[in-house]
Amino acid sequence: MKKNWTKFLVVALSVMMVFAMTACGGGGGEAAPADGGEAAAQVLKIGSSGPLTGGASIYGTAVKQGAEIAVAEINEADPSFQVEFKMEDDEADGEKAVNAYNKLKDWGVQVIMGTVTTGSCIAVSAEAFEDRIFELTPSASSADVTAGKDNVFQVCFTDPNQGIKAADYISENFAGKKVGVIYNNSDPYSTGIFNAFKAEMEAKGGEIVAAETYPDDTNADYSAQLTNCKSAGAEVVLLPIYYTPASVILKQAKDMNYAPVFFGVDGMDGILDMEGFDTTLAEGVMLMTPFNPWSTDENVASFVEKYQAAYNELPNQFAADGYDGVYAIYNAFKAAGLSADQENAEICDAMIGQFTGGFTYDGLTGSGMTWNDKGEVNKTPVVCAIEGGIYVDK
Amino acid sequence: MIFLSNLINGLSLGSVYAIIALGYSMVYGISKMLNFAHGDVIMVGAYISFCGTAYLGLPAWLALILAIVVCTALGMVIEGLAYRPLRGTGSLAVLITAIGVSYFLQNAALIIWGSAPKVFSSLFEGFGSSISLFDGELTVTWEAIFTLIAAILVMIGMTLFTSRTKAGKAMRAVSEDNGAAQLMGINVNTTISMTFAIGSALAAVAGVLLCSSYPALMPTTGAMPGIKAFTAAVFGGIGSIPGAMLGGILIGVIEILGRAYISSELSDAIVFGVLIIVLLVKPTGLLGKKMTEKV
Repeated sequence: MKKNWTKFLVVALSVMMVFAMTACGGGGGEAAPADGGEAAAQVLKIGSSGPLTGGASIYGTAVKQGAEIAVAEINEADPSFQVEFKMEDDEADGEKAVNAYNKLKDWGVQVIMGTVTTGSCIAVSAEAFEDRIFELTPSASSADVTAGKDNVFQVCFTDPNQGIKAADYISENFAGKKVGVIYNNSDPYSTGIFNAFKAEMEAKGGEIVAAETYPDDTNADYSAQLTNCKSAGAEVVLLPIYYTPASVILKQAKDMNYAPVFFGVDGMDGILDMEGFDTTLAEGVMLMTPFNPWSTDENVASFVEKYQAAYNELPNQFAADGYDGVYAIYNAFKAAGLSADQENAEICDAMIGQFTGGFTYDGLTGSGMTWNDKGEVNKTPVVCAIEGGIYVDK
Repeated sequence: MIFLSNLINGLSLGSVYAIIALGYSMVYGISKMLNFAHGDVIMVGAYISFCGTAYLGLPAWLALILAIVVCTALGMVIEGLAYRPLRGTGSLAVLITAIGVSYFLQNAALIIWGSAPKVFSSLFEGFGSSISLFDGELTVTWEAIFTLIAAILVMIGMTLFTSRTKAGKAMRAVSEDNGAAQLMGINVNTTISMTFAIGSALAAVAGVLLCSSYPALMPTTGAMPGIKAFTAAVFGGIGSIPGAMLGGILIGVIEILGRAYISSELSDAIVFGVLIIVLLVKPTGLLGKKMTEKV
């Protein structure tokens, strides 16, 4: 008797839940047109995923916040065209990113502005390619993200492109100087930059006197690598790595009285924000970053001001990437004359036509951004030097 | 001169490994379990010390003492809550619990302190960064000197403690024969708890020394040094105090010299390669005692 009663309860509850869910769904459906009012505003749904929790959450959170600033600006400027932005957490994990992507599809996503990290982006872009959904990643920089997928584009430089640009800059501005490199040989980002850097330096006739590596662990010791660079007489040391190991390298170099010009790439961005970091260690460090929050550029200053007002912190390059990602999609969408009620595949094809057909976007992370049919961006990198605890354009 | 500077760097890194390895070794010796959470206690110690100096404005030495106190308590709590209930249930259950505790500590740190790395200010900042010898050809950091001194002091202290004091003798008795020690009137639970307390206090010291030399502090900071130190403990003979010391120093020196003179790409491979060779020739490690198997 008791058993039957439990069964009944389960069935009753299930029925109630189904009712509740359909009620919610119905309610949502009716509310949407009512919201649009008399103008029946178009709504474009842009989805993204990135690490909002876990070890890489600073990147995902920054992209989300930057994108939200762009969305707020667009929605305020034109009430007849609204952008809805939704960001799911993927913890920088490929499997979770695909789940997040499926959730976004259930939500009705039309364009993907993601994902934030390379590993998850490779997984998601394969799905988006199958589904014919246009994808623009703000910050996944590996060439594998776009390879063989005509609908995937990048806001950030690819790793090899960064290496080439760094080699060009160094061979031009530090001509004849001996160059050392310390890179992480278990990280595709670091290795990708180094390999392209090395090839370009050789082509330009530059001299790499020491190429030192370290494996992927935290709190590693870099004294042996620095000693080798020092004894090889390297005057410029390229650090195509993230800022956490770089902060240790700068300290250890100072301890051994070794003061070459350290040259970082975009992974160096963030070193000044490390809690407890002695910024005098970074004095004179040069870095190739797509975004300088202390820039005097009008658009950057306006973005920084809004960002600080909203989130009470200085935006980093990921925030700027997210902002540019939303605007690049919006501008291309408008330029293609698309309407938000079109099919995803139609939107996708028209957007590809825009991005490969001479569409230009002036963003915070570079002016005159254009894309090639491989999905890679072409823009001028900004080289800064750290002076007095801020970036100064060089 | 370059060789000398590499050697000093190796000794300094090895000393940190040695102090961590001591903790591993003592706990293994007494409870026959691998405390995989040991590396994460190091991380907690470093964070506590960081908070002490950065947020509470304590002087560095007081922050170190605070870290030791907190880690000692943490070690006893972990032992009491996670490992004691499983005593006698087989080593696999305890091993898996240790891995769980390790994840727990890492994620708790992630929630409390966030994922952004913090920069640890050196315990020896007051001394200046380094001393120059031979017209600046050789620079030795204060961290390297003090780490080496600390490791030697810890080893001497632990050796005296286990051979001269009553509590230390009790520890050795429990590690040799748990049941017999109990029959002799030794409180096994208290003794094991004390061993965890000492091991965790050493972990706090190691954490502060480690982060003084390599200042980036993250929730995963303790993971890799923990594994290297475990290797060092096995290398020197797990359960042996001088063995842990010798193993730690050797691993540090091999790692740095291998990186400097053979290949920076293969430095870890060289370390573990040497470990395999030693274990093939001498399965109990360099100074390990051969235990007779009880039937």
